This record gives sequence, structure tokens and C-alpha cells, in this order.
Amino acid sequence: MAFTNDQLERYSRQIILKEIGAKGQKKLLNAKVLIIGAGGLGAPAALYLAAAGVGTIGIVDDDVVDLSNLQRQVIHTTPDVGKPKAESAKETMEAINPEIKVNAIRAFVDSKNILELIAPYDFIIDGTDNFAAKFLINDACVIAGKAFSHAGIIRFKGQLMTYVPGQGPCYRCAFREPPPPGAVPTCREAGVIGAMGGIIGSLQGLEAVKFIAGAGDLLVGSLLTFDALKMEFRKVKLKARPDCQVCSDKPTILEPFDYAPAVCELKP
Amino acid sequence: MRIEVAGEPRDIEKGATILDLIKLEGVETPEYVTVSVNGDFIPKDELEKELSEGDSVEFLYFMGGGM
Ligand SMILES: [Zn+2]
Repeated sequence: MAFTNDQLERYSRQIILKEIGAKGQKKLLNAKVLIIGAGGLGAPAALYLAAAGVGTIGIVDDDVVDLSNLQRQVIHTTPDVGKPKAESAKETMEAINPEIKVNAIRAFVDSKNILELIAPYDFIIDGTDNFAAKFLINDACVIAGKAFSHAGIIRFKGQLMTYVPGQGPCYRCAFREPPPPGAVPTCREAGVIGAMGGIIGSLQGLEAVKFIAGAGDLLVGSLLTFDALKMEFRKVKLKARPDCQVCSDKPTILEPFDYAPAVCELKP
Repeated sequence: MRIEVAGEPRDIEKGATILDLIKLEGVETPEYVTVSVNGDFIPKDELEKELSEGDSVEFLYFMGGGM
């Protein structure tokens, strides 16, 4: 497949990079990435992946755009309020780059549909906002042998890691089990600074691009944490846990399952 | 005795346990912090273990937001 003149121009700034090149750009155009959650993390990831020319992007979300989302979910605009997020995200992505295919999926991701949802994709981005979903995505990706980017943000902090099958630890190696609902702030009461999604979600998109193009080192075996108040990034080494419930040689989790849905309740 | 916490040097008393360090550091939601010592994750029931000179300790926190 040869590039068109428009493609050469559109992607010129990254084709010129020796780590991407024409070869990497072809890989991007042929790649399929699934973004779960069209929110604070998913929005920037989706924008940059669309702009970079990832050929097929799936975006799953069961929610509609709310006015309080616009402070950070930069893929949606004020006229989108009330519209399904997956649909609104698709419109913005296609406006940025009409030559990619966007699959807008309005669904709630659970143990019944996750394996089917991730199956067609090469790389998964976890842009969800609760531990039940984060552990579900981890387990499903490990079981299905899919590479994925995990991330979480709260207040002025964020963190992310990348899982590649057989190459390093999974999210469960480090975090084992979700905390009981309400024990650790996750939801709207805790608050989050808008640019945090921009930073961490962009890094997730970057990991996807690097994974597809085979450029550089991924966050496999390390957790990158960012503290915006201190303006400090730290990379913490993570080892695979030999007794991990899902990614070890003797897993006890053999299929995805659902934790009780997280209710947004925060101890005062 | 000198150890490292999140890459920073700390002087603590000899015989101090991981649990002591968690209190000393004022860790937020201590029941739900993940601790690694020299890269190994410490199970919850082993937090009474004493630290040794030169240990490198990391605290990993749950971050569940994203939307
Ligand atoms: Zn694991």
C-alpha cells in the first residue's frame, strides 16, 4: 500500500522520525486500538491516536456527555451535552482524521462482553473510572493475551503502566484486589485537575503508538507516577508476582468476572 | 539505619518494621497501600517484617479515576 500525497503530508512530522518512519506509519494505519471509556483519559488518547492515523479505533462508553465532563474530557464540546459519549468522540475523531475507521460502541463493559469487545483489537487502553472495570480489563487482557495500557488519575496525581503478554507484570501483580467500595476515592467527590487526564491519557496513547510501531521501551515492568503539585514524575520498578491470580503459571482466575459495581461513595 | 523511600534517603531506627515506616511516613489510606521492598511486593500479613539497612521501599497507591 503506497501513501497518498495527503497522507505523506498529514503524517510527515512523524514519518520523519526514524523510530516511526514509513514502516511505522503503515503499521499505524493497519492497527486497531480499543479505548474503553471516552472520558478524561480516553479523550486525549483518542484524539492523538486518531490524529496519528491509527487505522481502526474502537471507543466504548455507555454514558452521555454531561456539562461537568467538559472541564477535562476535551473530545466533547458544549453542543455535545446529552449526546452518547462514544458517538460524540467518534464525530471529533473523524473531523480530525476522516480516513480512519472509528467504531463507536455504546455499551457497559462487563465480564459477559469484554472478551468479544477486545478480540478484534491489537492494543487496549483502559480509560475507565472504577476499580471493578480496571481489574476486569486487566484480567480479560491477560486471559486473551492482549497488550494494554492501565492508568488511573485522582486529584493532582496520575499513574500508568503497560502490560505486554509474557513480558512483565500485570496490574494485579501489584494491586492484587480492588479496595472495598468507598475505601479509596475514585469518583466525582474526590475531584481531578483537568490536565491530568490530558497528561496521563496522552501517555497512554503514546504507549499504544510505540507498541504498534515497535519504537523504544514501553512501561512494561514499571509504573510511571506523576504528582502535579510537586511537578514530579517517578518510575517505579514492578516485578511479576509468581503467585499472581491471573498472569502467573498457576492462575486461579481463568475467565473474566465482575466485582460488585462501584457505587460513588466517599467517606467524609 | 539508612533506607530509601521512593528514592529518597531516610534514617530510621534499627528494628523498625514496614508497618512502623507506614506510620512514620503518614501514608494515606494505609490499609490499601501496596508496599514493595527491593522490588518485591510484600503481602499484607508480612508487614511486621523488620527492614534492613539499604532497603529500598516503594509505596504504590490505588488510583481509580479516569473519566
Ligand atoms: Zn499478574
